Amino acid sequence: MEIKVLFFGSLTDATAVAALNEVTASDTAALQELLHQQYPALRTAKYFIAVNRQMINKNTTLKTGDVVALMPPFSGG
Amino acid sequence: MNDRYIRQVILPGFGMDAQEKLLAAKVLIVGMGGLGCPVLQYLVAAGVGTIGIMDGDTVSMSNLHRQLLFHAGELGQPKVKLAAEKMKEQDSSILVQAYPYALTVSNAAEVVADYDLVIDATDNFMAKYLINDVCVLLNKPWIYGAVSQYQGQLSVFNWREGVASDQLQPINYRDLFPVSPAPHEIATCEEAGVIGVLPGIIGTMQAAEAIKIITGLGLPLYGRLYNYDLLQARSYEIAIVKREDPVKIDQAFFEAMNYDPFCGQPEEDPDMHDIEEINVDTFMQLRADPDVFVLDVREKHEYPAIDFADAQIPMSELQTGMAALPDKSICVICHQGIRSVYAAQLIRARRNLTVYSLKGGLTAYFKKES
Repeated sequence: MEIKVLFFGSLTDATAVAALNEVTASDTAALQELLHQQYPALRTAKYFIAVNRQMINKNTTLKTGDVVALMPPFSGG
Repeated sequence: MNDRYIRQVILPGFGMDAQEKLLAAKVLIVGMGGLGCPVLQYLVAAGVGTIGIMDGDTVSMSNLHRQLLFHAGELGQPKVKLAAEKMKEQDSSILVQAYPYALTVSNAAEVVADYDLVIDATDNFMAKYLINDVCVLLNKPWIYGAVSQYQGQLSVFNWREGVASDQLQPINYRDLFPVSPAPHEIATCEEAGVIGVLPGIIGTMQAAEAIKIITGLGLPLYGRLYNYDLLQARSYEIAIVKREDPVKIDQAFFEAMNYDPFCGQPEEDPDMHDIEEINVDTFMQLRADPDVFVLDVREKHEYPAIDFADAQIPMSELQTGMAALPDKSICVICHQGIRSVYAAQLIRARRNLTVYSLKGGLTAYFKKES
């Protein structure tokens, strides 16, 4: 399951990159686990997950070509 | 017909109808900074009849690159007073009501009640959550706008016309982000920087959404979170949904919520956000450990009564009651696991103990037990 992951806003402080290509994960829970290991600072960050531009509320199966976005809240004005 | 609005009145679908709706509308803009300035200028220019502007700040030099209503000769003067005067020059027929103070839990309901629509032009999470919760309580739509370095966000929340049935609750901010990030978790413009044109773009889009909601034109940005990346000149839109277990925002929640737990706190502890939210299984293990102290932060009148907390110190009394906590690991619980995160942050900041928060609160606990 090769998917693309996008990091928005301040999440790139934790990841140092705005996108990861060809990540392998079977579902969003596995992906989160993987990302939290790779970027421990993501663990306490607030964000929601969208799969193919649709916000999800529960673990979601991923398939090759899916685009997963991690979207944090912004507060500046 | 007043020539002032002629170019928008002649638009297909606009007409005098839309213009009269704008004139009759009452819009509250919270925050008169980088977002608030363009929102106000465009809404006055468009002919919105009554506009409240709320901000306790004065003009400082570092505001000027993005807050184009103000100039260097006005440093130190209250923003809303200046803005109201300038809007009177722009169009004296518009009523601009200035509130020269910040939105707080004690004034929010009274001020917001007088308006049909609220625009969030604030620069901090506490204000955004306060706007969300008071708008849910009073059944008002609100337009969220925010920026982070080179990116901006925009959405319309709590818009009743956006849902198919009266039985359904519209999407609000807590459906996306149930709990506010802690101070320092996400940097402010002050800390992280902001390019002046970005709040100009997002604020102008907020004004456009306000005009659409008031007039009924087009499709407001409800049920969608719009993200704009200025550097890439790309937008990314996400379809957003109501949570299956939405945060219940009622009067009791509103009163018990501490929207400014760090008021007057020295900003010195960058780790204060690092609160581990534990699930019910982990909670059961921790609670059996004699070195873990279970703290219930619900108010005294809240049900159900529980027998497994070592102490109950309501959130509203935590600042003063904290000294009574033992030097143990603290596991904080509340009704839904939201207040407990704030409480845990506060305890962590003041007492430097290991602190956990029960995710989902007692609601999750009893769901698991049953």
